[in-house]
Amino acid sequence: MENGCRILYCHCSYAQVVPKDVKEEVLRKLAESGRSFDAVADLCEMSARKDPALNELAASGDVKIVACYPRAVKWLFNAAGVKLPEQGVDVLNMRTEPAENIVNAVLGPGFGGNGKKPEQVQA
Amino acid sequence: MTNLAAPTLRVILYEGAGSAGLPDGIRAELMLTLLQRGYGVSSVRNGGTLAGLERGSVLVMGRFADQTPPQAMDTSGQVSVHFRDIDGMDAAAALATVDAVREEAKIGKPGGWKPWFPVIDYGRCTNCMQCLSFCLFDVYGVSKENQIQVQHQNNCKTDCPACSRVCPEVAILFPKYRQGPINGDEIDPEDLRREAMKVDISALLGGDIYLALRDRSAKAKSRFSKERDEDKALKERMRCLQKLSDQMEIPAEVLAALPSADQIAAKAAAAKAKAEAALNAANAS
Repeated sequence: MENGCRILYCHCSYAQVVPKDVKEEVLRKLAESGRSFDAVADLCEMSARKDPALNELAASGDVKIVACYPRAVKWLFNAAGVKLPEQGVDVLNMRTEPAENIVNAVLGPGFGGNGKKPEQVQA
Repeated sequence: MTNLAAPTLRVILYEGAGSAGLPDGIRAELMLTLLQRGYGVSSVRNGGTLAGLERGSVLVMGRFADQTPPQAMDTSGQVSVHFRDIDGMDAAAALATVDAVREEAKIGKPGGWKPWFPVIDYGRCTNCMQCLSFCLFDVYGVSKENQIQVQHQNNCKTDCPACSRVCPEVAILFPKYRQGPINGDEIDPEDLRREAMKVDISALLGGDIYLALRDRSAKAKSRFSKERDEDKALKERMRCLQKLSDQMEIPAEVLAALPSADQIAAKAAAAKAKAEAALNAANAS
């Protein structure tokens, strides 16, 4: 059984504002991590649709959202009628942070740097 | 115009009980391919949980060969669940499978609309209604509680952030905009000073950018029609419009699509009346 937080990854598919290499590297590392996660084509579109999945994610407790600026993410959820809790939600910004930092923040140290899972890292 | 209430297809790559695991490279490539096409896709590993689906369709893909696919139940009657075996498929073949299920379920193609619309930062918004008065495309409205809100996202003109320029509190975001603070980046004092200057530009132009743009465009057309030099007229018109559109960052397509001066005046008056009514109601309560 998996432990830990839920992960939501936004690919920002309809704009070129998130560096392509960053989002694709983060996606690849998440896909290879062994963790379950939700990937959405575009969080803005989900917000416009008022997708009920946003409500469930916000209510699930610990969640890490890999997308863009935290202020934008917070108010995109609000626009969908969902209040993000103050505690337990981390927003990682692919527009400003390198992939390695984001992967480490989501999956823990060791995932971001060398492509190996923590147990594979040589001492 | 996209239908935001239309059902969608969500894809689940299932690698739990009853489905063999996918090779790492295939999983990542498949997810990337589906996301680029506009599908939401979830990776479910052993013991993993995901957000539920309350409407639309879900397609569970996995390597089910010689095994019984997992059972899924829809208790609401509003979600249809499909299973497909993708054993041996590459990303292109899996994508074709997803497209086929989507068509079978009579669900429209994903994408086709760049989700460009204003998002209000209610931590900053003072409910001044300037955005409602300014926007000619009925993007904004007011709630029952007389609070400004974005009501028609897909009326917004793609790549036009002009309403954020007239917001005195920098409270309007366009998350896909290239620069801060409009893209959601944190606001610093220099941003506030710069945005205030742009509001001043709006005031200098009489407070109605659209009418000013129309007026200058009409004047340029009239002046050069006398000279019978269409090329020159066009260049001057473009120069006039460009100058103002640069200041407000209004895309040329939006300028070209502006209605007539009379229609603009009528829309602006209606929006202003709506804003004033909401403000009066809010003040009275």
